[in-house]
Amino acid sequence: MLSVRGLVKSYGPKQVLQGVDLDLEAGESLVVIGGSGTGKSVLLRCILGLEAADAGAILWQGAPLAGQRARFMDGFGMLFQHAALFDSLPVWRNVAFRLLRDMPRARARAIAIEKLARVGLGPEVADLYPAALSGGMRKRAGLARAIAADPRVIFFDEPTTGLDPIRAATINDLIRGIVDETGASAITITHDMSSVRAIADRVALLDRGRMRWQGSVAQMDSAEDGYLRDFVAGRARPMARGLP
Amino acid sequence: MNPVRLTGRAAIGLARMVGRVAIFAGRGLARAGAHPSELARQVLHIGWLSLPVVGLTALFTGAALALQIHSGGERFQASDVVPAIVAIGMVRELGPVLGGLMVAARVASAIAAELGTMRVTEQIDALVTLSTDPVGWLVSPRLWAAILCVPVLVGVGDVIGIMGGWLIGVNVLGFNSAVYIANSWAFLEGWDVVSGLIKGAAFGLIVALSGCWFGMTTGGGAAGVGRATTSAVVAASVGILAANFVLTGLFF
Repeated sequence: MLSVRGLVKSYGPKQVLQGVDLDLEAGESLVVIGGSGTGKSVLLRCILGLEAADAGAILWQGAPLAGQRARFMDGFGMLFQHAALFDSLPVWRNVAFRLLRDMPRARARAIAIEKLARVGLGPEVADLYPAALSGGMRKRAGLARAIAADPRVIFFDEPTTGLDPIRAATINDLIRGIVDETGASAITITHDMSSVRAIADRVALLDRGRMRWQGSVAQMDSAEDGYLRDFVAGRARPMARGLP
Repeated sequence: MNPVRLTGRAAIGLARMVGRVAIFAGRGLARAGAHPSELARQVLHIGWLSLPVVGLTALFTGAALALQIHSGGERFQASDVVPAIVAIGMVRELGPVLGGLMVAARVASAIAAELGTMRVTEQIDALVTLSTDPVGWLVSPRLWAAILCVPVLVGVGDVIGIMGGWLIGVNVLGFNSAVYIANSWAFLEGWDVVSGLIKGAAFGLIVALSGCWFGMTTGGGAAGVGRATTSAVVAASVGILAANFVLTGLFF
């Protein structure tokens, strides 16, 4: 469905992505893990078109994404790390932002309230501004915005960052539930292993700009790769090994 | 380093920067009318909410100008020119420049802070992922609102400034009210007013462009937003004074 081939991205002399290959199948939930500064977010930004890659290709249903960017953009949703809700708009207009282009205001508002309910937020939240929401509520409102237009692919960037364990588990359950219900594909970027276990059909480990390992959660737990084992167990590694 | 190379590198850098800002402005201006509700919101923020500060500035400036011209005019028995000089000075020069500077202080900083915060909190990236052009949604309404509103603010400021001169002229300097008003209008020409309003439109563009450019190119978290805000006000203020010199040279 979505394929990344040989993606390279540098900032000055630092090559952040060094030829990344990745495939996302239809209906699959892929979680990309990796330490801080290993290029996870840059990979996501390149796929979304927020950054231009220096080399490599991104294919959407077998054809280069560059030639069908507008169609692709209309078919995906994105949950940002800190939700990135628009401060100047009430919550329902944030959720309905894309819908308001194509349908009457009343219909878009009704869908927004329905999506807010799906993520556990009541209609009383709809007319509040993002500044009045807690971190967990903002994240859920961001999730409602990501699924508002019934996307075929949903991207999640560090979905549990900054949340307490209970709220993090709630967000993980919502993501898994939404992926299962809608049949959408999902790519999640995280270094939170509880998210990995709750969300992933398949796990990919990015290390220093290269895809180091890919497999299922069960395979991850029995993998021989030392770095992966340390990452999963949260064990410290000597700085000499080049951890950023 | 070789000074010729250094100068050349600086000149190329400057030309590149000017080119980028010009393309950015062109893209913003070309998207006129794409989001009318946003334009209306910006007209409220940039125009209506700037009215008190521009009005007060004009009032005190007109009043001070009347006192200064009366005091200076007495040295060569020409204190009768107060109404005409206040009117011409306000309409041609002080109204547009001071109005522009006050809007720069209030609006350029606000735009840069808002857009800069949106940049560092990924709200602008979110716009892109929602298939919305950030320039059309954020920049264009602000540019057009400022271009439309600042001339109106300048016009209102002109009237209030002349009123400030009239208040001092009549109540402090002993002018007859009817004579003061008649003399204010008698020496004022249509082009004086129109040139001031054209300056206002140019200053509006400079103010909004500074705010939008520094806001949209913000990087580096909260400190970056602070730098963007300062840079926007400084660039807008210097730009207004430089543009005023150029336009005054062209018009008169």
